[in-house]
Amino acid sequence: MQFDLYERPALLFGLVFVVFLALSSVVAIAPALDAQEKYEPLPASEPLSPKAAHGLRVYIAEGCPVCHTQQVRSLAMDSQWGRPTVAADYARLRGMSWWQETPGVLGSERVGPDLSNIGKRQPSEAWQLIHLFNPRAVSPWSVMPRFRELFTVDAEPPAGSVVVPVPQRFAPAEGKVVATERALALVAYLASLKQAPLGQPSQVNTAPSIVTGTGAGLYAVNCAACHQPTGEGVPATFPPLKGDPLVNAADATAHIATVLHGAEGRVIGGVKYPITMPPFGDQLDDEQIAAIVNHERTSWGNHVSTVTASDVARVRKGAAP
Amino acid sequence: MDPQLRSKLTRRPLAVAKAAIDELIDDDHGLTTLVFAYLVSAAWWLVFGTLVGLYLSLKFVWPELDGVSWLSFGRLRPIHTNTVFWGWSSHGMVGLAYYVVPRTCRRRLYSYRLGWVALGLMSASVLAGDLCLAAGISNGAQEYRELVWPVMLMFASGLALTLYNFYRTVVGRTTREIYISNWYVLGALIWTLTLITISYLPFYQRGFGETVIQGYYMHQGVGMWFTPMVLGLTYYFLPKFLNKPIYSYSLGVLAFWTQMFFYTMIGSHHFLYSPLPWWLQTVAILFSIGMIVPVVAGTANFLLTMRGSGHALRSSYAVPFLLVGVVYYFVGSMQGSFEALRSLNLLWHFSSYTVGHSHITMYGFVSFLIWGGAYGLLPRLSGREAPHLSIGIHFWLAFIGLMIYGVSLSVGGTLQGLSWKHGEPFQNSVVLMAPYWLWRAVGGTLMFGSHLLFGFNMWHMLPGRTPALPEPLTQEPARAI
Repeated sequence: MQFDLYERPALLFGLVFVVFLALSSVVAIAPALDAQEKYEPLPASEPLSPKAAHGLRVYIAEGCPVCHTQQVRSLAMDSQWGRPTVAADYARLRGMSWWQETPGVLGSERVGPDLSNIGKRQPSEAWQLIHLFNPRAVSPWSVMPRFRELFTVDAEPPAGSVVVPVPQRFAPAEGKVVATERALALVAYLASLKQAPLGQPSQVNTAPSIVTGTGAGLYAVNCAACHQPTGEGVPATFPPLKGDPLVNAADATAHIATVLHGAEGRVIGGVKYPITMPPFGDQLDDEQIAAIVNHERTSWGNHVSTVTASDVARVRKGAAP
Repeated sequence: MDPQLRSKLTRRPLAVAKAAIDELIDDDHGLTTLVFAYLVSAAWWLVFGTLVGLYLSLKFVWPELDGVSWLSFGRLRPIHTNTVFWGWSSHGMVGLAYYVVPRTCRRRLYSYRLGWVALGLMSASVLAGDLCLAAGISNGAQEYRELVWPVMLMFASGLALTLYNFYRTVVGRTTREIYISNWYVLGALIWTLTLITISYLPFYQRGFGETVIQGYYMHQGVGMWFTPMVLGLTYYFLPKFLNKPIYSYSLGVLAFWTQMFFYTMIGSHHFLYSPLPWWLQTVAILFSIGMIVPVVAGTANFLLTMRGSGHALRSSYAVPFLLVGVVYYFVGSMQGSFEALRSLNLLWHFSSYTVGHSHITMYGFVSFLIWGGAYGLLPRLSGREAPHLSIGIHFWLAFIGLMIYGVSLSVGGTLQGLSWKHGEPFQNSVVLMAPYWLWRAVGGTLMFGSHLLFGFNMWHMLPGRTPALPEPLTQEPARAI
């Protein structure tokens, strides 16, 4: 080297620093600044409530993003998690305190499902609480940790406390499981995770995949969390569909109406089910609801006539099929 | 049995005989103590950090293992990663560099006191960071940025003192040129301090800005710190242990500058198909392919240096570690370049494949090179060797353990990605992983076992007792650096 670069430390290491800083400005600082300034929250999105904001802090403290992404890629294989996420979806995130950075919720690994739209996909507070208390009570295949410390066990829960209807097999021998404030905050945060409409249709190839286009796939994504892949439900917690009189009725009106509008406080076979079933009419179209209903009416030994999308449309309007 | 054969068998030693260390190279007691302090600290963090890792791997097999908040997966996982990053690997590399930098500058270290202060700051930050994470106190940002800034500031201060110490040593060197190891070591310190500063400043990290910085940080944190640091050390240790000059200085120069130009650009490949600007993703992919240049240059340089030194491989217990490290540098880096291709990324990203990749690189590449350096250098400093057999067992447990770990997660992760691509219900991808997660735990157990042996070997090599080796035979050969 004519200018003796390798003999002059100030020059060599000065160069190493300046070039790195310049490259970093181009690929990190400038695009970050641009992303921060350019993207406004979507008009239809809502800021976190104070309770949900507390829940986000629990979400970060417990390291939930280690296994759960909140990033739906612009790929057909990701479509079961919702529409592709856009930068504006994250625009409301801020540093959580003077000692904490903006929460990184996108994640890098999907050991568990993506949660971008979990508030819509699984709106039941009771399900979320049972699942946090012991994930295997509702998802036998799950490898998620149980968050025992988010709950207390009380022989006589004080008035106003939220008692979690844990299935008997997983419930403590004595006393009732009561959700703590942290648990309720975390569930409030999960409930807030609903993808706001974009205003314009997404440009991604949304050709139906198994999970968005077939009855079995739609059932797996929307129904199996409670009614289980076997259709057997969870004893005294989520009713079975296998052999259920309503599902096996020749007239499918009540079955379709339940999927469309949800259910509350039903007594089936002498058992009163405490958990509210959410309505699916606003998330799924007639075609998809018909596919789910037909899957339920023809699986696990159920064997009754199937329905069509126009049957669903008629029930939606309030008429008999 | 044929008596001759029997006597042959019984006389065969349990392990291949390795040459004993026959020279003491330094009588600088202060430096020896400092280097050992770093390495002992590193060994402790290795055992602790990988015990946590092993426990985590068991949780995939037995999710009901415990119900204790601070043992929960989400809290322990960053404890594992941060401990092996900032504890084990960083302490190990910096400790070895405290020997290599003054040695290649042919002068004493500028300040021993600063070296001790830096060690205190780095160790304290790892301890404080682990306690914070266990208590649920997290920076909130994503991988390797979980430590809150006061904790990370302590760590960065340790690096800054080290940089200052090394820089003053280089300035006062008695050689004409700055040896290539020092470019890498000081370069790594400069880049990492810049990186930590940029990534912890909050001014551009609201909303999606955080993700842009995260892609930049999580990648650079590995590739502009561990990679150049450990390569710099290898540019000293490999020629030193083989007692011959490096094959090509020019290849080393090429690898150094291309590392800086290419690697800095590629962080965004961790967020392909995300809302990151498409141009940024494409730049990241292009330069990921460009990384083949420094990787091939570096690997070829090391392998060509080793060529014709089969005897050293057979007779030294340090060189096999270096060889594995160099091979995994190539394998892991190539794997990284391919993972950046959109068609493969969509399959492997989010899957366990990436966890396998990070172990192939951080363990197969970085850890093996640190072990090679430690086993070659420390006995020459203290005059005390570890039993060759337990070093050999360390090598094979770590090597086979990583092989099992890497293969199981690479295969399992690919199947996971295919399951998603075929649009199967999510639970299928969890159920199908069960055997691969079990094998990962098996591999992890072997790896952890090897770390206990490393700790045992460290204890054997500690100075302070009567030297077991003869006095220095000769001065260090002049051509060794």
